[in-house]
Amino acid sequence: MTSLLDVRGLKIEATTYPPGEAPRDITIVEDISFRLEQGRVLGLIGESGAGKSTIGLAALAYGRGGVRITAGEVRLDGEDILGLKRPGIRQVRGARVCYVAQSAAAAFNPAHRLGDQIIEAALRHGLMDEAAARERAAYLFGVLSLPDPATFGERYPHQVSGGQLQRAMTAMALLPAPELIVFDEPTTALDVTTQIDVLAAIKRAIEETRTAAIYVTHDLAVVAQVADDIMVLRAGKMVEYGPVRKIIEAPDAEYTRELVSVRSLVQEEAADQSDRLLAIEGVDAAYGETRVLSDVSVHLPRGQTLAVVGESGSGKSTLARVITGLLPPKDGTVRLAGETLPPKLSGRSREQLRTIQMIYQMADTAMNPRHTVGQIIGRPLSFYFNMHGARKRQRVQELLEQIELGEGFIDRYPAELSGGQKQRVAIARALAAEPTVILCDEPTSALDPLVADGILKLLLRLQKETSVSYLFITHDIATVRAIADSVAVLYQGRVVRFGPKSEVLSPPFDDYTDLLLKSVPELRVGWLEEVLQERRMTSAGH
Amino acid sequence: MRLRSIPPSAWIGIAGIVLALVCAVFAPWIAPYGEREIVGDIWQPVGGDFLLGTDNLGRDLLSRLIFGARTTIFVAMSATLLSFSLGMILSFTAAVVRGWTDQALSRLNDLLMSVPTLIFALVVLAVLPQEMWILILVMAVLDSTRVFRLGRAVAVDIAVMDFVEAARLRGEGTVWIIFREILPNALSPLLAEFGMRFAFAVLFLSTLSFLGLGIQPPAADWGGMVKDNKDGIIFGIPAALIPGGAIAALAICVNLVVDWLLNRTSSLKGGRG
Repeated sequence: MTSLLDVRGLKIEATTYPPGEAPRDITIVEDISFRLEQGRVLGLIGESGAGKSTIGLAALAYGRGGVRITAGEVRLDGEDILGLKRPGIRQVRGARVCYVAQSAAAAFNPAHRLGDQIIEAALRHGLMDEAAARERAAYLFGVLSLPDPATFGERYPHQVSGGQLQRAMTAMALLPAPELIVFDEPTTALDVTTQIDVLAAIKRAIEETRTAAIYVTHDLAVVAQVADDIMVLRAGKMVEYGPVRKIIEAPDAEYTRELVSVRSLVQEEAADQSDRLLAIEGVDAAYGETRVLSDVSVHLPRGQTLAVVGESGSGKSTLARVITGLLPPKDGTVRLAGETLPPKLSGRSREQLRTIQMIYQMADTAMNPRHTVGQIIGRPLSFYFNMHGARKRQRVQELLEQIELGEGFIDRYPAELSGGQKQRVAIARALAAEPTVILCDEPTSALDPLVADGILKLLLRLQKETSVSYLFITHDIATVRAIADSVAVLYQGRVVRFGPKSEVLSPPFDDYTDLLLKSVPELRVGWLEEVLQERRMTSAGH
Repeated sequence: MRLRSIPPSAWIGIAGIVLALVCAVFAPWIAPYGEREIVGDIWQPVGGDFLLGTDNLGRDLLSRLIFGARTTIFVAMSATLLSFSLGMILSFTAAVVRGWTDQALSRLNDLLMSVPTLIFALVVLAVLPQEMWILILVMAVLDSTRVFRLGRAVAVDIAVMDFVEAARLRGEGTVWIIFREILPNALSPLLAEFGMRFAFAVLFLSTLSFLGLGIQPPAADWGGMVKDNKDGIIFGIPAALIPGGAIAALAICVNLVVDWLLNRTSSLKGGRG
């Protein structure tokens, strides 16, 4: 019997053109084979650069700019679609195989109504007439739990939320009733509380329409909820391939075991949290007329970590800007070691600036690409401590050893480092100033799970060695468990919950914290169903 | 930097520029005749006694070309360097400080740009005394408006990056932020512009000389030589094309070198492979 999708010995290559260097060929994906039957879901999982999206797109016989499929075959219903000429491929794409992109906001044309864009492919392929297409769109909107299914299609992309847009894109993919859908990280850019709805909608839609799917993601807990089989990839090669339960509960490969056990780090919280090294008292902040923070009061003891949790737009990063002085608050004070800090950056002394350092989310943009690692880490040394020459270089080397980077890094440029290494250099730059508080603005959220784990361990070790305090901004509950002593939950600019971690993360909860905690995917099969079941029961009970 | 890593196109450019500079510096020793010396008949053909022929007054074209390199390169190069220093410092300041400083500088720039460059130069040069430093200054100021536009656009993009914010949080002053954080990242587009602007400066100087407001006769400059000999073209005498060709060749050489430097500066790995 032929499978719906049969991929054999896939090899994908590309040519890179680094500026100022000779172009060279690289292999992105090598020797990948798998089969997919109707109604089944295959999860492709791996770190960034593992080639998972590239394999997903190969199922559409497509390679992103400059990417070449150089060997292997992709058989759809027994027909090798890689061998098809352009008109033949056109008959496949958008009709038999559809694609859901990571960023729906970037994938929809803002100038056209959602409904028109969703039915366009089906009309172009002549699969149905317009009335039938609109009817099916309305039916799919209902399946995907979108509001007002009959009229949803009349809205423009900017009139719906990010989660709704992602579901609308799923509707677009489902509309021509394809045999296969490729989901490319459809929930990665969403908040956890939104992610769960989208995940549930996608799962239900796949079940109702009996379509097959390839689900690409880096989050094992997410893929465990939707997939039947999982393929673990690393650097373009297959590590492990098998049923979900097998991969999660009894993985064979060492790498898979690491992936499964990632985020199991749990920090014991400090017993005494009465110290008030950094105290934020009644802070109100606004951008122009838009109020972002209202009456925020939290404090951070010396040598401990305060996690600030909330979804995007909750004011987490604004709180950091207030503390640094980039955004003077409308009201309230920021006190460090009992001393009230001047609200504006320009009013602060060099010594006050030194004591509060910052680590950014994107290490790429947080370091000047034209400075070497030695210059980046060395600048705070010469700026705050007037260190120069051999003494400075020696101190930089010490700092590099503290962040577990060796001898060869001091003269490299950031472009010659990996994402995790860059973040380590950013940490060393903060440490160089010998601060008492480091503000960490989601320093691990742009990193792969294993790398992020390494960064968290490093931060914890550095805290023990230097008794520096962290104000750690994050949206990820697993990170909070791993690193925090106390937690503040921000929602729409207000602190809805603040206290020691054990108190904040245990019941009784307020509504928002409850939703936040329950939305975090857990790494076990059937978690999604349980949560949905529980929700139904609560809403029935009301 | 290894010499072998320099591509052939850049070598051609470097050779051309070196040749022009050697001519400029050692003109009195290289040139077979004097700059103002009338040595023969007018518009004698190429070859024979005079390698490139003679001009409309019977002066040796080759000698005048060599002497002309002095003024042309000196004026164009200093005007371009001055305009870049001026434009870059002002535009980066505007982009980093923002607020009223930015408004004042940008609107002043708009004001200068709203008057056609040539007309502006003609009026100013006609009023002011005819001296070389005034000529250079006027060319530099007029050219710096273009540099300001580009520089500000590039710097505004860079000034919002996290590493600039990090420098501010460290307590760095405006001067550090401009020269150490922004300048190295803005170098590529500005360098590309430099090649263009230098070529334009040579042409602009030629235009001014052609109109009688640039270098004053009998001093030789390439633009002025085109003007002197342009009447010959009607009679089929190509004397005007020789200095014209020199201008074109110099502009091309500068851009060949700039292209190579551009490639080097856009590498984020410090130009190592």
